[in-house]
Amino acid sequence: MITVENLAKRYATKTAIEGMSFQVEKGEILGFLGPNGAGKTTTMRIITGYMPASDGTVRVDGFDVFENPIDVRRRIGYLPENPPLYLEMSVVGYLRFVAKIKGVPKDKLAAEVDRVMERVNIADVKDRIIAKLSKGYKQRVGIAQALLNDPPVLILDEPTIGLDPKQIHEVRELIKDLAGKHTVVLSTHILPEVEQTCHRVIIIDHGKIVAVDTPKNLRYQLQGAERVTIEVQGPATEISSKLKNMPGVVDVRKIGDSDGRHRFQVEGELQKDIRSDLARTVVQNGWGLFELQSATMSLEDIFIKLTTAEESEKQNA
Amino acid sequence: MRNILAIVERELRAYFNSPIAYVVLTIFVFLSGLFFRSILAQVMEMGLMSQMQAQQFGPRPMDMPGMISRGFLSTMSVILLFIMPMLTMGLFSEEKKRGTIELLLTAPLTDLQVVLGKFLAAASFFVILLSTTWIPMAVLYLYSDPASGPILTAYLGLLLYGLAIVAVGLFISTLTENQIIAAVLSFGTIMVLWLVDVVANNAESPASKAVLTYLSILSHLDDFMKGVLSTSHIIFYVSLMLVGLFLTYRSIDSLRWRG
Repeated sequence: MITVENLAKRYATKTAIEGMSFQVEKGEILGFLGPNGAGKTTTMRIITGYMPASDGTVRVDGFDVFENPIDVRRRIGYLPENPPLYLEMSVVGYLRFVAKIKGVPKDKLAAEVDRVMERVNIADVKDRIIAKLSKGYKQRVGIAQALLNDPPVLILDEPTIGLDPKQIHEVRELIKDLAGKHTVVLSTHILPEVEQTCHRVIIIDHGKIVAVDTPKNLRYQLQGAERVTIEVQGPATEISSKLKNMPGVVDVRKIGDSDGRHRFQVEGELQKDIRSDLARTVVQNGWGLFELQSATMSLEDIFIKLTTAEESEKQNA
Repeated sequence: MRNILAIVERELRAYFNSPIAYVVLTIFVFLSGLFFRSILAQVMEMGLMSQMQAQQFGPRPMDMPGMISRGFLSTMSVILLFIMPMLTMGLFSEEKKRGTIELLLTAPLTDLQVVLGKFLAAASFFVILLSTTWIPMAVLYLYSDPASGPILTAYLGLLLYGLAIVAVGLFISTLTENQIIAAVLSFGTIMVLWLVDVVANNAESPASKAVLTYLSILSHLDDFMKGVLSTSHIIFYVSLMLVGLFLTYRSIDSLRWRG
């Protein structure tokens, strides 16, 4: 449903994301996990067509974000990190406006607004002014807005941030409910959130994909699987097949490329260090070795960062 | 078109849901009444004087209703200069501040539709504002018989002039997240476009004088007020408006790049 290839966003002074490639299947819930400033919001903003990428392509349902922005945006419901609400409007007035700019036909407008209000349970506050609503309700109005016109893809940036535990639970249940019919991409910096809601997780740090996997495998990995990230210059398919055939290697997956260099995630058998063998293979074949890193280590680092972030949030609450 | 109208409608509702519409309308109507009264009194006095002179030197024709409407509508153009920034200051700056710009720029709308929607909303409010000047003008029509030609051209001139100022203000509101800064910047820009006239009067070479006079936003209104329709003045306002709209459009584009 969504194909992201080699995506990069560079500013004059810093690089927000670099060499990011991944796919999202239809009906899947994909989670972006990473510390604040890792590039989650930037990636989402590029997919929604809010900002153009410096490099790479994004396709949604076969449409290129850069070449057919309107076709792409018609297929996406987007909840930014701060729900984009006009505070002086009533809930129903706001949703009618969003429905209009999303091109919901006039005769279906009222029914569509009613439908999304039912869906997120805000029909009881429909005539209230948005400014007067609680944070949980505001967030739900934001989700309702994203659901208008029934887009096949939903992009939700930190959908549970700032909510109390009960509201968080409600929103997570809602998102799980939406999967299947919608393809959902959500971002979070909270580990349990990913475990509870997502089918697959992409861990991002410093604008790069560190790991892509199911939450279950990620946890397994934390318990000691050997995983190495390697950056190599050379023919991608040949590298991939050569590495795959090495003894002790279970799986090789490409996770990105930039400037002719390819990043692979190599999974080794448990308790077996494959790093020196990897390096030898690469060098013997005459490819350029740019980076070789034990992913397990850095993953752990990120998880520590993430979990401590949640701990301190709990203390603040 | 329906998308554009949705934005216009929301924006107009926002004006009237907040105090701004009422404050601006009240002040404008009050000031226009006040100025109309004082211009009326001035012209009456001049009328009396000329009547006394007529007894000595013979009668001279005097178009009193025309003088009143001309004086009144020119004054309105200056008052509008002060009030217009209040209509445009929040158009984009508020969207940026509250993050709602992200909704507009990820909705299936082109940037041009967003810009035109905002422009037409402020333009509509301006037309409402301008139409309130018909209250004193109705008084003029009730008690005298002014020539309608110059009044119509004066209104056409004011309309074009207002639309140009709206477009400039719209562009400036894309530059900042702060409404007050947007208002002050718009006000300053319009003041510069106005005061160019003064600089022009002191200019030494005739060429620079001609250029500066042409750039002055108010000098182009004179002919409209006198009942003269000239394409060069119409072109001036229309092109100022188009430049403003184009810059707004470009500014939104660069907003996307910077994120």
